[in-house]
Amino acid sequence: MIGELAVPPGAALILGAIGLAFAQGRLRQALMLAAPLSALWLVWIAPDGAAPSGRFMGYALTVVKVDALARWFGTVFALMAFAGGLFALKQRNRLETAAAQLYAGAALGVVFAGDLITVFVCWEVMALASTLIVWSAGAAARAAGLRYLLIHLLGGMLLMIGIAGEIKATGSASFVSMQPDSAARWLILAGFLLNAGAPPLSAWLPDAYPRSSFSGMVVLSAFTTKTAVFVLLRGFPGAEILIWIGLFMVFYGIVYAILENDMRRILAYSIVNQVGFMVAGIGIGTELALNGAASHAFAHIIYKALLLMSAGSVLYMTGKSKCTDLGGLFQTMPLTTICGIIGALSISAFPLTSGFVTKSMISEAAGERGLALVWFLLTAGSAGVFLHAGIKFPWFVFFQKDSGLRPPDPPLNMKAAMVLFAGLCLLLGIAPGLIYAYLPFSSRFVPYTGDHVVSQLQLLLFSGLAFFLMLGWLKRTLTITLDTDWFYRRFGPALLGIAVPLIAATWRRIAGAVSTVIGSGLLRLGLSFRTGYFARERASGTMALIAICGVGLYLFVHLAF
Amino acid sequence: MKPHWLRRPETIRKLWIVFVAVLAGTVAAEIAIKRHAIFGVDGIFGFNAWYGFAACVAMVIFAKLLGYVLKRSDTYYDR
Repeated sequence: MIGELAVPPGAALILGAIGLAFAQGRLRQALMLAAPLSALWLVWIAPDGAAPSGRFMGYALTVVKVDALARWFGTVFALMAFAGGLFALKQRNRLETAAAQLYAGAALGVVFAGDLITVFVCWEVMALASTLIVWSAGAAARAAGLRYLLIHLLGGMLLMIGIAGEIKATGSASFVSMQPDSAARWLILAGFLLNAGAPPLSAWLPDAYPRSSFSGMVVLSAFTTKTAVFVLLRGFPGAEILIWIGLFMVFYGIVYAILENDMRRILAYSIVNQVGFMVAGIGIGTELALNGAASHAFAHIIYKALLLMSAGSVLYMTGKSKCTDLGGLFQTMPLTTICGIIGALSISAFPLTSGFVTKSMISEAAGERGLALVWFLLTAGSAGVFLHAGIKFPWFVFFQKDSGLRPPDPPLNMKAAMVLFAGLCLLLGIAPGLIYAYLPFSSRFVPYTGDHVVSQLQLLLFSGLAFFLMLGWLKRTLTITLDTDWFYRRFGPALLGIAVPLIAATWRRIAGAVSTVIGSGLLRLGLSFRTGYFARERASGTMALIAICGVGLYLFVHLAF
Repeated sequence: MKPHWLRRPETIRKLWIVFVAVLAGTVAAEIAIKRHAIFGVDGIFGFNAWYGFAACVAMVIFAKLLGYVLKRSDTYYDR
């Protein structure tokens, strides 16, 4: 048990966020790096265990609950906040950098939360902070940010109703592993899955994230979806339905990314794809699969941020993000190109990169459980990752054709952030023991066997062959691909466009009829004052009698009731 | 001005030769190592090579077909 004074690691980042809202110049830059490092330190000094930290409406709250899983996600979240801060040092928008630290702090809050009420509060702070990051990119991001906020508030509402139901049913708010076996738990699961980018409402991710600034999307890519992976690991390990939801996400991400032209939207779809692997792993539910999901989340945060730093550097230096405008940048941006390629190889799970030592655990677990269809689909999905992100991203951005653009590599701090994460991608791939020593569950896995390495190389290189042979079909066009957001961006408004005049016309007709009836009645009454009953002259005695009767009636009513 | 060496046609030809040699090498390597088939089909020689290739071709074709239905100009929502 830890003492009453256990410090929530997220507090360092939340305090940092407050400081960042006011600090200027060097102090601000120092804070952007120091706060995440302090959070990392707090993650590592926090001893295992939980201590009740207070009560809310009669339910015990546990703001800090430390175990291997929490420390695992806490470590990578703090690392991410640091690298994100380093990459964003030149970001002049104070709102964005402050919101980024608040966002990361709230994500750490979820990771160390021992009860559902704390989870919910941090969940909502994350939704607000991430919306501010999207909004701080300027007017072009306003509408997408609002759509993003509304979808996440909807998710938060599902979560809140589910949590209320769960607390009512069990009498306790503590956050423990469950199965989706009651309406309340289904609602909790739905709220979690919405943030993971699961169907049917995954369009918020490729809609909003690519509207954020060059540095904003780097941070956004890490926390919302991976916090969702964390709560699914904590709350619903082994829930069978997650396998199929995850597989859907894997292929949805690949197909939409193949069709996409904007480099940051390609990477957004590939977040859904990668989280799909993790969600499927959580559904498989064996210790190996859960370790696979947790370690893949760790590796994914690093290489996805690296890919988005590389894309962000291109955007920062050229102002462009469409593949049709880019190409040939390798000539003047060698470091960005190399770091982008390392990220691309890691996401594809190439041997000697981080993705290889983490993702293979998930398919291995599917094989061990004898889930043939799942295994074949996961393997096809792994091939597809190389196709849609592993080659497509570096090829269309850095090679392809000569766009005529000759931008240099980005400023030093951005290069340093990329080199740091590229180094980590390789380090974890070369020395997987670094990961395996701290895995949250107990299982054994040996990634570097002749079988694994040769199989993976065949799978990936022949996917590469397919890419280059089908290049004509993959040529980029100035298009987007419709997604489920069409229903609330076009269909809904169009429906209202038809329905509103119709309702208005009907209302006018009804109101017209009613007002005619009432109007004629009032007219008759009005006339009676001028020429009718009320206009007659009466004797003063009669008037006095009427007045006395009126007062009497008033008194009677007043006294009787 | 001569294009960057990576852009010259003769370099690209050489890269293709190297690529095909590496592809052949990864398949040939299967003779030397012991593979563990889990489901039977995945034990067929060169399984990952042809399966990966076929999966990618299928996904590109599927994406292409889906594109005919769902692709719109990238100014679609701006109008």
